[in-house]
Amino acid sequence: MSGFRTLLYKEVLRFWKVSFQTVGAPVLTALLYLMIFSHVLEAHVQVHGVPYTAFLIPGLVMMSALQNAFANSSSSLIQSKVTGSVVFVLLPPISYVEFFLAYVVAAMLRGLMVGLGVLAVTLWFALPSFVAPLWILAFIVVGGGIMGTLGIIAGIWADKFDQLAAFQNFLIMPLTMLSGVFYSIHSLPEFWQQVSRFNPVFYMIDGFRFGFFGVSDVAPETSLAVVVTSFLVAAAATLALLRSGYKLRS
Amino acid sequence: MSIAVAIDRVEKHFASVVALAGVSLQIAEGEFFGLLGPNGAGKTTLISCLAGLSRPDAGRLSVLGHDVVTDYRAARRLLGVVPQELVFDPFFSVRESLRIQSGYFGIRHNDDWIDEILANLDLTAKADTNMRRLSGGMKRRVLVAQALVHKPPVIVLDEPTAGVDVELRQGLWQFVRRLNRNGHTVILTTHYLEEAEALCGRIAMLKQGRVVALDTTSNLLARFSGQTLRLRVSGQASLPNRLRSRATESDGCWTFHLSTLSEIEPLLAAVREAGCQIDELRLSQTDLEDVFLGVMQSASDRLATAP
Repeated sequence: MSGFRTLLYKEVLRFWKVSFQTVGAPVLTALLYLMIFSHVLEAHVQVHGVPYTAFLIPGLVMMSALQNAFANSSSSLIQSKVTGSVVFVLLPPISYVEFFLAYVVAAMLRGLMVGLGVLAVTLWFALPSFVAPLWILAFIVVGGGIMGTLGIIAGIWADKFDQLAAFQNFLIMPLTMLSGVFYSIHSLPEFWQQVSRFNPVFYMIDGFRFGFFGVSDVAPETSLAVVVTSFLVAAAATLALLRSGYKLRS
Repeated sequence: MSIAVAIDRVEKHFASVVALAGVSLQIAEGEFFGLLGPNGAGKTTLISCLAGLSRPDAGRLSVLGHDVVTDYRAARRLLGVVPQELVFDPFFSVRESLRIQSGYFGIRHNDDWIDEILANLDLTAKADTNMRRLSGGMKRRVLVAQALVHKPPVIVLDEPTAGVDVELRQGLWQFVRRLNRNGHTVILTTHYLEEAEALCGRIAMLKQGRVVALDTTSNLLARFSGQTLRLRVSGQASLPNRLRSRATESDGCWTFHLSTLSEIEPLLAAVREAGCQIDELRLSQTDLEDVFLGVMQSASDRLATAP
């Protein structure tokens, strides 16, 4: 597993060397969302009996973690493909399973780090409770795993940066923004509530939020089952892709 | 002597393009082997198949007896490849790149060997410099270093001196020669034929995915032994057909191969008789470039007449 260990180390070192962009920037973005939305809505809205700013914090933490987990594996792969340095990983005796695990775990770690950063700066505005920390951890880890996995698929599939941007803007962004980060889906019309139930990111955020407040739109066990199943499906697809050598080994 | 690299009837197609049309080669341990051919002949594809970067459509390749597909871990551990493209990871310094590369091969605490490679490639002063800040020639040397971190017994260099200045080229060859003397098998592709002539003990020439010549360098040179006469002519008449059929032409310059110097006089007489005026005349010992052009020319004729 030395190949895995080194590849994971390299992937973490890569984002850590540019942590100003990879961790600092998303924390600032989340902070801006929180300041604007809480300023506008704090006095008017309560969700599940929780003040709006406190309700918003877990959603922002999870959204930032998920988007950055995706960004980590996808941007690392596309960069090394475009510059050609991907050969350094393809020439050594690294199995496709090690390759998969290293990129996914690095993506999870970046997600966790960004999540912790967002949480740290937002705590200053409101203090959400931490009713069930294990649920919090479970959802952010598996959620980061799903997004890291999707990032591998996108990074392998895309040949150019704009194709990757399309994947990010037309799939990842809508899935995360329309997942209940800013609202409870019970406030949506019936039709859109049903649509939201087909979005796995909704379960990630709903379950994650349960860990803070002990209330959620869906039972956390159901959410965890959906999220873990989604991860297994995405992982199986990605492993099959890597095994075939698609776009990596011609 | 045991076989370092065995390539057995390897075929590779990209859509309708045939990159390798059944290549077979055996390279013995300790050889300095040259792989020559024009652009698009299949050299890099063959190396990619050996390194596991491409998967052959048919045939088998092995490194020191380990199949590159079914036993890829062992095969890749025994192989060091210097890629043709000048690639680098812009996030890391030279030393970080080499440490990471060592780790990929399962080697930790490799700094003694890394220092030795750096010293040999004249990179010691740049060890902690970011890859982005290196010149092209230095990046090329780091690529060589990266291919050597795991002390591979078989080293493949895919046009390592393209765009490299003379001084560095000499230094690089001294280093590679020493590796070869110490028992490493070296496979080299290059466009500099004088380089191949000076370094390689045996040479395979590829054209359109086929091996069109495979012999020791000295045998190849002997096959075209003697003198080479290059002529540039002008005048009302063009070179008569019986002379053209003996020569190869490029850029208006006609090249004749002579086994003895006594052939010169009748040749020049025939040129004069035809009413041609000689603008330029050069006589030289046959070198690998002449052999290469000769082999490629006759391969073209053969491939053109093949069914």
